[in-house]
Amino acid sequence: MRQTIVRNVAELPTYGYGPRSGPWWGAMGFMALEGMGFAIAIGAYLYLYAVNPNWPIGAAPPDLWPGTAETIVYLLSIIPNEMTNRVAHRQDLAKVRIGLIVMSLIGIALLVLRGFEFAHLNTRWDNSAYGSIVWLILGLHTTHLATDVGDTVVLAVLMFTRHAKPRRFSDVTDNVFYWNFVVLAWLPLYVLLDWVPRL
Amino acid sequence: MSMVAEQRELRDDALNGLQLSTRLENIWRTPSGFFGALASVDHKVVGRRYIVTAFAFLLLGGLLAVLMRVQLAGPENTFLSADKYNQIFTMHGSTMMFLFAVPVMEAFAVYLVPLMVGTRNIAFPRLNAFSYWMFLFGGCFLWISFMLNVGPDVGWFAYVPLSSLQYTPTKRPDVWAQMITFTEVAALAVAVEIVVTVFKQRAPGMTLDRIPLFVWAMLVTSFLVMFAMPSIMVASTSLILDRLVNTRFYDSSSGGHPLLWQHLFWFFGHPEVYIIFIPGTGMVSAILATFTRRPVVGYPVVILSLIATGFLSFGLWVHHMFVTGLPQLGAGLFTASSMLIAVPSGLQIFCWLATLWDGRPVYRTPLLFVIGFIVIFVIGGLSGVMVASVPIDTQVHDTYFVVAHFHYVLIGGAVFPLIGAVYYWFPKIAGRMLSERLGLWHFWLAFVGFNVAFFPMHILGLIGMPRRVYTYTADMDWAHLNLLSSAGAAIFALSFALLLVNVIYSLRSGALAGDNPWDASTLEWATTSPPPPQNFDRIPIVKHRDPLWFHNESLPVVAGLSVERREVLLTSLAEAEPQIREASPDPSIWPLLTAIATTVFFIGSIFTPWAVLWGTPPMAVALIGWFWPTGSKEDEE
Repeated sequence: MRQTIVRNVAELPTYGYGPRSGPWWGAMGFMALEGMGFAIAIGAYLYLYAVNPNWPIGAAPPDLWPGTAETIVYLLSIIPNEMTNRVAHRQDLAKVRIGLIVMSLIGIALLVLRGFEFAHLNTRWDNSAYGSIVWLILGLHTTHLATDVGDTVVLAVLMFTRHAKPRRFSDVTDNVFYWNFVVLAWLPLYVLLDWVPRL
Repeated sequence: MSMVAEQRELRDDALNGLQLSTRLENIWRTPSGFFGALASVDHKVVGRRYIVTAFAFLLLGGLLAVLMRVQLAGPENTFLSADKYNQIFTMHGSTMMFLFAVPVMEAFAVYLVPLMVGTRNIAFPRLNAFSYWMFLFGGCFLWISFMLNVGPDVGWFAYVPLSSLQYTPTKRPDVWAQMITFTEVAALAVAVEIVVTVFKQRAPGMTLDRIPLFVWAMLVTSFLVMFAMPSIMVASTSLILDRLVNTRFYDSSSGGHPLLWQHLFWFFGHPEVYIIFIPGTGMVSAILATFTRRPVVGYPVVILSLIATGFLSFGLWVHHMFVTGLPQLGAGLFTASSMLIAVPSGLQIFCWLATLWDGRPVYRTPLLFVIGFIVIFVIGGLSGVMVASVPIDTQVHDTYFVVAHFHYVLIGGAVFPLIGAVYYWFPKIAGRMLSERLGLWHFWLAFVGFNVAFFPMHILGLIGMPRRVYTYTADMDWAHLNLLSSAGAAIFALSFALLLVNVIYSLRSGALAGDNPWDASTLEWATTSPPPPQNFDRIPIVKHRDPLWFHNESLPVVAGLSVERREVLLTSLAEAEPQIREASPDPSIWPLLTAIATTVFFIGSIFTPWAVLWGTPPMAVALIGWFWPTGSKEDEE
């Protein structure tokens, strides 16, 4: 078929931020389906809660301090996360490196706290359906957290190599965006795991 | 963009004709040799593999159906043992749903959507390659297990408590559950790719109301996949945990509940039907427009129906559970919603009928299959409205009436459009036409065979024949209808053999197709058949919903993309205004290695929980290898 050139896009940039870029939408897609996974798990928790006359089953509610400490760290982590976002948009490599290191350390600290949280659930996965669903939900979110921390660490290392090119700043902003989702996903889970058994 | 490389790279506005094609082909082609093939990230190569693999599973699943029909052809038959029969009906359902129906629809999307929206590759091409390997390995895992007599035997829905450790102490349900995980990972990956391809990689000017209907259908399907599949992944994971580490999700003595399984399963299972059916409607719309020589009547109505069907499909799942003793209010609500979903499907049917009525139909094989679809699907839809009603459902639940109903809906609603689509798009994929004469035979054998095989099942169900029985006694009076049904199944199977013959014959000696053999209107027909690795030498600009009918002389195109590296054009979500010249990944072996590591992890973890520990590091290494920049031009801007 004959062709007529009617437009030239040579001047367009080769990367972009946010909804202009492809990976941002990919991250949105994965957030949607992971968010759905959490919603389903919450649904399963509430189903078991509804069909059982006693809740929690044969156990004390989880100790409050690990989950609460995590929640506080999560909420505070939004600040360095947003700062990383801003310096990435400004393509300030030195500050992006600092931001990524800080976020990696926060992620590792949260993984440690998560270990304490498992230890203070006051139930095992094989005690009852209550124990099972609590371990499943916390396990799901831990996988989610560990994956993002791993991603952040790799990205931090990458920014210290010769591959720290401008388009990587867009990757950093996507990582920041995803972290917000990790935080957002945690909040309802915190209420569910730590406070619903106290109702 | 201060840091964009300053040196002037060669762009496609400096080249023309053969010079341009050759250069682009060199950049975009799959590397030669065995390892090159394993590293391919071309959506056409992956799509073709996906299609062929899915059809191989159709063949296997179909052979199982034939075995079942041989067994049921007469009373007290001893051809299959009860145990084999249980494995076979489970394998048939699982293969057809998870390894054929969903993957084949996604496979067509992987091949066609990038061409139809006018781009050079799918979004996240390496994820796409990974998805294919996961699908292949998951399917092989199921079938090799079956060969080793560890085939699942608890039905394609694996209801607890039958599938719990207490009642099935073998590994059979674990094989089923982990096969689910494989195929869901594969399906979710493709869903995200399709969404991003449609959102961001449409040719300039392809506004939302100029997107081809098949692409709309695949977009809606992808959202359904994203919101339905997590439910079955939670379900299959919790089942494996119950069986492996003694969690108590489904153990009623420790606060668990068997109905939780049914809720999780059907919250996925019902949208699943629409995940299979909606792509079929997209194929119908594409074929109808071409063979009636006019656009489908009511483009916005069709799209809104697709979206409405998508939403409503999440509100029906409980109608699979009417006999579990639901509260009456719940039963009433789900009856209403089940009937409601007939409305958007009905609207689409009327749009298609109007298209046929107002167009100038050319009765070639693809259109015949579409007409077969309309007839069979309407019958299946009507029996669907019947079983949506609680009193009728209570009577026919777990009988052959339901078997007849869902085969009418699924084969009528998805397989007939799919076969039409094979005849329609085969020339594009293979470069040669399928034989029209064999196609005609295929259609009539399939149409007659299908109805003879499945219509009697309605009656068998009404006179009381239950599902999933491996035999029956002569005094039940089911023998004649069963024999008739088996005869129909043989004819139906024969029709597929004809398709196979047709494909093999036509690949070698079919008539050459040319770019646009059907004079169709969408962009996949604007390039050669089969398309070159770069799909298009220049990205088209879309000014009309039916670009090739509107621009029948000369196609407006974009220039200015690189001819030194893989580049795709990203456009804005609604208006498809060009925004970014985005790099597209090179071939890579890492997706395959990641899939192998994931396979080891998945299979290991049905035997020991420690697989989570030793299975994770190889996956992490493979993923880092995948994402680490290679220093190529694509990565370094």
